[in-house]
Amino acid sequence: MRLITHNMLSCNIKGVANGFPLKIEAESVIEKEVDFNPDFLRHMFAKIEWKALVEAARSLGYSELPEDSPAAAAEDESLLKKLHHALLELHLEEGALVCPETGRRFPVTRGIPNMLLHEDEV
Amino acid sequence: MKLKQLEGLLGDLQQFSNPKVDLEQYPTGPHIASRMLFTAENSYGDITDKVVADFGCGCGTLSAAAALLDAACVIGFDIDPQSLETATLNAEELEVEIDFVQCDITKLELKGRVVDTVVMNPPFGTRKKGADMEFLSAALKVSSRAVYSLHKTSTREHIKRAALRDFNAKSAEVICELRYDLPKLYKFHKRKEVDIAVDLWRFEPKQN
Repeated sequence: MRLITHNMLSCNIKGVANGFPLKIEAESVIEKEVDFNPDFLRHMFAKIEWKALVEAARSLGYSELPEDSPAAAAEDESLLKKLHHALLELHLEEGALVCPETGRRFPVTRGIPNMLLHEDEV
Repeated sequence: MKLKQLEGLLGDLQQFSNPKVDLEQYPTGPHIASRMLFTAENSYGDITDKVVADFGCGCGTLSAAAALLDAACVIGFDIDPQSLETATLNAEELEVEIDFVQCDITKLELKGRVVDTVVMNPPFGTRKKGADMEFLSAALKVSSRAVYSLHKTSTREHIKRAALRDFNAKSAEVICELRYDLPKLYKFHKRKEVDIAVDLWRFEPKQN
């Protein structure tokens, strides 16, 4: 699971108001290079939940992203490269996503998070 | 990539080894899958460099097609772990990156509008009534550009009305009518092969 996916997942247990972002418990992380696409990344700046991404990247061992969403990101190539790396090249293979409100763990196995809810959570 | 080449690559993918009838697991054949995604990109620019989600991805045929047409990021969602294992193998075979998420798509609320396009071949609602509508509703909540979906031609008026009136669609067009040929997959299938008229739909969500 890459962080672009993590950035859209939240805890959907009934009654939970603050299920985003999910905290990451990382047991196994791998890095896979993919092609750099600056236009796509510029487009993503406006859509991404920045703080969630920074925190998630840190959980995966990558702390190069600035804390605050940069205002003039479009022209800053080195920042785009960092965004690229955090969003698309880090893979959480084994671990868990944890609901910030309830502590419920959603296990991640072979890169796939299991977000299925139990009967009493729906 | 040419259509024929795409169709060829999709034809090599592994499909359900033990399809589960209650989930209406039917493979999306390479003929339909290639045309669906090829049209989405060539006629509407909805795939290349976009974030594409595949709802009810099964063994990942539509996800694979999106990846092969250079989507910036592809994410497949399905409830069944066995299908997701097959989908993972398929992605590895093709050497494409696809993230998979195991979930009940009708209960999953995705944050924000990161997803540009949803592609799907949802259950038709023959086992769990209304499943097709639930998938459509979920897809229109999530996408920011377009939703491509297959539904039985017999449900055309119903789908159009629900999409525009209830599910926040700005537009709902049948792009073409296809014949979906279903091989005899389940014990209760009497005929060797059956051919269902399906519509390929393109929906646009209203911008929020």
